[in-house]
Amino acid sequence: MRDVAIIGVGATKFGELWDRSFRSIGIEAGMKAIEDANLSGGEIDCLFIGNMSAGRFINQQHIDALIADYSGMATNNIPAVRVEAGGASGGVAFGQGVMAVASGVHDTVLVGGAEKMTDLDDTSINTVMDATADAEWESGMGLTLASLYAMIARRVMHEGMATREEIASVAVNSHFHGALNPGAQFRKEVPLETVLRSGPVAEPLGMFDCAPITDGAAAVVLCPLEEAKKHTDNYVRVAAVAQGSDTLALSQRRDITTFGATVAASKKAYEMAGITASDISVAEIHDDFSISGILALQDLGFYKRGEAGKAFLNGETRVGAGRIAVNTSGGLKARGYPIGASGVAQIAEITEQLRGKADKRQVPNAKYGLAQSVGGTGSAVTVSIMEAI
Amino acid sequence: MSSVARAWREYPGKYNLEGTRCGNCGMIFFPGRDFCPKCRRDSIGKMEKYRVRKDGEVFSFSIIHDAPACNSFLKPYAVAMVKTGDGVLVEGQLVDVELDKISIGMPVRAVLRKLDEDGASGVIHYGFKFVPAL
Ligand SMILES: [Zn+2]
Repeated sequence: MRDVAIIGVGATKFGELWDRSFRSIGIEAGMKAIEDANLSGGEIDCLFIGNMSAGRFINQQHIDALIADYSGMATNNIPAVRVEAGGASGGVAFGQGVMAVASGVHDTVLVGGAEKMTDLDDTSINTVMDATADAEWESGMGLTLASLYAMIARRVMHEGMATREEIASVAVNSHFHGALNPGAQFRKEVPLETVLRSGPVAEPLGMFDCAPITDGAAAVVLCPLEEAKKHTDNYVRVAAVAQGSDTLALSQRRDITTFGATVAASKKAYEMAGITASDISVAEIHDDFSISGILALQDLGFYKRGEAGKAFLNGETRVGAGRIAVNTSGGLKARGYPIGASGVAQIAEITEQLRGKADKRQVPNAKYGLAQSVGGTGSAVTVSIMEAI
Repeated sequence: MSSVARAWREYPGKYNLEGTRCGNCGMIFFPGRDFCPKCRRDSIGKMEKYRVRKDGEVFSFSIIHDAPACNSFLKPYAVAMVKTGDGVLVEGQLVDVELDKISIGMPVRAVLRKLDEDGASGVIHYGFKFVPAL
């Protein structure tokens, strides 16, 4: 297997992009990444696109063909692959791209992620999100994805793993960083009180515990590590990509205060990278709901059970404050959550951090960065580790 | 709109909480499975139909304020994970209850209720919901 490098990244602004179509944001992100890698585009020999639900958001299936066509890559007839894994679509697409280069099958690969959500009405958007849970036995019985995370949160509080304030402070952390990211949907700090007092969505979770509805796209360019220097001096090494699975429905698990898929994927990723959790200094985690942040920091091995909530509440997770900066991009909560794009946008953020190009949210001297992408209620999880060169 | 067959084939589970029990290790599954994930091929042909007990207690719960269109008339409504008398976790709505009186550990039982309807001319779906057990 070959070592793989990330030689370029790009992303659109995240937000409610009324004037932009799916194809227009997808192409913008891809072109930015290709330009950042000092390529023309003709070198790309395979495309992977993370996209959860264009079929329901914009009535368009066959996203692979759409992107290959409008990015001009269909003129070379290169393979294009659309990847769907619920909220983990982007993370899984990245993993597939890395494997394609590592295996030697492809040399220069573009991994994109895109989601255009606001073309659909709000109620229908939530129904699409709910379909990442078990459609027959969860959403079909009247449960929503938010209510499933709410039941995790309720159980976490019941077992004394975190308090309501600690859970809410995950959103405060993401908004703190979102204010520093020009590409974020919400560039505004939010006090703890606001999160706690936000209108209820699925008790105990309120509006500010939930990631927003977002349009956006992101892309990264990969090539063999030994060829990276030909294109750019500023690249990072992919130290590991690992993926884990778990049951589709939450009810099929014994313990709902931990995601077994995150535990399994991170264990494998640290092993592949030859490091431990303590070597990571910046992490992008999948805070689709505030409670997810508590589970993530514990399941990734950054904090012991019962300690992650305190770290968020104390502000230890902020850039420059502690041993690990969490969601410097603003995370899903403040940067925005264009579903299929998020897993790729996380990789772009970690790459910028390791290149020293993260401006006001730069973590000093970061050597290793990690990204966690989650589908459904932890039914699919990818953990990727990048290393500064 | 889904076909009538999609709803019809799930009646045993939705109406009677019928799942399966592994004839090899005794593990109970709801919804039913074609084989046991623990015993794998040793369980093939040995999975038995099993009706999960209708009594149980609340393992976790949530009050939904932001609901899908088909349930918007119910808002706010409660959903719960219930640990049945067999020790199986089952997810469903919790009704006929004062929303601020729900707590973890509260005894409940499953009853048959209307779930939702597939538009004005589609199928009316029925299935289990939980109510407080007295
Ligand atoms: Zn068995």
